[in-house]
Amino acid sequence: MTKEVFITQTNCITPIGFDVATNMKNIDGGVSGIQLHQNTGLMKESFYASQIDDENLNTAFAKVTAATGFSRLEKMMILALDPIIKKANLVLDDRTAFVLSTTKGNITALQNSAIEDNTNAYLHQFAQNIADYFKFKTEPIVISNACVSGVLAISVAKRLIESGMYDDVFIVAGDEISEFVLSGFNSFQAMSNLPCKPYSKNRTGVTLGEAAAAVLVSSNKEGVKVKIIGDGSINDANHISGPSRTGEGLFRSIKSALIEANIEAAAIDYISAHGTATPFNDEMEAIAFNRLQLEKAPVNSLKGYYGHTLGASGLLETVIGIQSVLENKLLATMGFDELGVSQDINVIKENGTKNSRYFLKTASGFGGCNTAVLFEKIN
Amino acid sequence: MANKTYIQSFCTIEENQIKVNGKILFEKEQSLFSDFSKSVYQHFNIDYPKFFKMDNLSKLAFLATELLLEKTENEEQENNTALVFSNKSSSLDTDTKYQSSITDKGSYYPSPAVFVYTLPNICLGEISIRHQLKSENSFFVFAQFNPLFMMNYANILLEKNKATSVLCGWVEYFDEEYKTLLYLVGAEGELEHSEESIKKLYK
Repeated sequence: MTKEVFITQTNCITPIGFDVATNMKNIDGGVSGIQLHQNTGLMKESFYASQIDDENLNTAFAKVTAATGFSRLEKMMILALDPIIKKANLVLDDRTAFVLSTTKGNITALQNSAIEDNTNAYLHQFAQNIADYFKFKTEPIVISNACVSGVLAISVAKRLIESGMYDDVFIVAGDEISEFVLSGFNSFQAMSNLPCKPYSKNRTGVTLGEAAAAVLVSSNKEGVKVKIIGDGSINDANHISGPSRTGEGLFRSIKSALIEANIEAAAIDYISAHGTATPFNDEMEAIAFNRLQLEKAPVNSLKGYYGHTLGASGLLETVIGIQSVLENKLLATMGFDELGVSQDINVIKENGTKNSRYFLKTASGFGGCNTAVLFEKIN
Repeated sequence: MANKTYIQSFCTIEENQIKVNGKILFEKEQSLFSDFSKSVYQHFNIDYPKFFKMDNLSKLAFLATELLLEKTENEEQENNTALVFSNKSSSLDTDTKYQSSITDKGSYYPSPAVFVYTLPNICLGEISIRHQLKSENSFFVFAQFNPLFMMNYANILLEKNKATSVLCGWVEYFDEEYKTLLYLVGAEGELEHSEESIKKLYK
C-alpha cells in the first residue's frame, strides 16, 4: 500500500504579509499587493506589480539572523522557511529532503557580472546557499518547470516520500520581479495595463508579482493540515508559448489526480485555479473545468492579490487555499467583474463560507505544462 | 519497489559524437554546436523545420529523443511516455543571450522568440509536441547528474501507473559545452534499471 502523505506546516512571505495569518487578514479586508510602480531600472514605462518593500524585507531578515551576503530572493526564501523549520524541530538528516521551486532564481545576478564571476545565477548554487543556511544534509532538489513549478513541487515531494526515499520534504518556492521577467512578458504583450482581472470580460493580461512560500510535506501525520491524495502533471503537446485550446493537458492532469484519489469530480468542493488573466489561459481553464463537469465548483484566482508570482505562485496559492479550507472560508477573486470566458464557471465574487473537504489546486505554464494536486481536509 | 524495471535503450551526445545503445552512430570533426546539430539533423534525414527555431538546449534534447523514440506520425496514436529531464545550467545559455539583449539600452531588443526559451522545461514541450506525448513531465536542476534521484522518480511514476515508460536523463548545455544521456525505462527489458547501471551509462 502506498504511504500517506500530509502537509503539516505552511508559511509565506508576500507584499501583504510575512506570515499566513497576516495574508489571510489582508485578503479578508480586500487588500492587494498590486500597486503602480515607477522604476526605470526595471522598466521604462510605469507598471503595475505586486512588490515586496526592501526595507520591510531587510528589517524582518535582520530579526532572524545577522548573516550577510544573501540576495534579495534568498532573504525572502529564508524568511519563508525559517519558522516552519523551527516549529517542525526535525533532525535534518539523510531522510529529510529540501526541494526548491523557482523559474528564474537569482537571474538578477546576470545584470551585474559575467556568469563566470558569479555562480549565484546557477539554480543549484542558489539552492545550495539556502540549504547551507539551514544545514540540510541532502543535496537540494531544484524544480524549474515554468509557472507550474510551485505546485509541481508538492507533487514531487509526495512522490519522493511514496518512493521511500525520504520521510520529510521541506519545500520553498520563490521568484522576484526583475527587468528580465518584466521585459520578457512585455515583449509577449502579455502584461495588463491595469491590475489583472482574472476570468473577467475586460481582462488584458498578467500583473507580475513576487513572493516566497514554504511547506513541510511529511509521512508523519502529527499536526496535519491536509492530506495530499492525488496529483498529475501532464503536457498539452500543443504549443510552447500558449495553452491548448481544448485544455487537454489540464483536463488530463486533473483526471489523473482524481483517479489516484479515487473520488469523482463532483466531490471537489473548491478549486484554487491559475487565473493569470491572459485571454487564452483563463479561457483554457474554463474549457478544461467544463470538460470535467466542474463548472459548479467554486473557483478563485488569487492573482488579484499577489499578481503572477511565477515559480512561487502554485505553492503560495496552495498555502492560502489550505488556510481558507481550514477556516471554512471561500476567498473572493479580486479584480473579477463580469464573466469573460466562453463557458460557465463558478467564480467566487465575494468572501463567503463553506466547509470544504476536497480542494483542487491547478496551474499551467509555458512549455505546455499543467499540474493538478488534490487535497483532503481531515479532522 | 514492487516490480523490476529495465533500461530499454539509451543515447549519449557529447564532443561531436552520438552513440545509441553504446554504438557510435554519428561523429564529426571539431565543430561548433550549431554546425554539429545541423549535420545530425541532415544525417538522420529529420524533417521538422521547427528544429531551427529552437535554442541549443532544446536542439540537444530533441536530437537525442529523436534517436530513441519511434516517430508518431499519427496524432491519434497515444503514447504514455513520461519525460523526466535534469541538468546543471538550467536555461542559462539562453538566459545570458536574453540578458544581453536588454542590458545595453542603446541596442535594447527583448525578443519573445528568445524569452520563451529562458525556461529549461521548454525542451520538454518541444519533445511532447513532436512525439505527441500528453504525459507526465518535469525538469530538475542538480549540481551534477543524480542517478539515485532519477531512478526513484522514474520508478514511482511507473509503479503508480502515471506512465507506461519514462524517458529520463541529463541534458546539459552552456556556451558550447554540452553532454546528454537519455534512457528509456519500462517494465520489460534486459538491462536492469539500477543506480549502478545508470552510472555506467553516464560515464
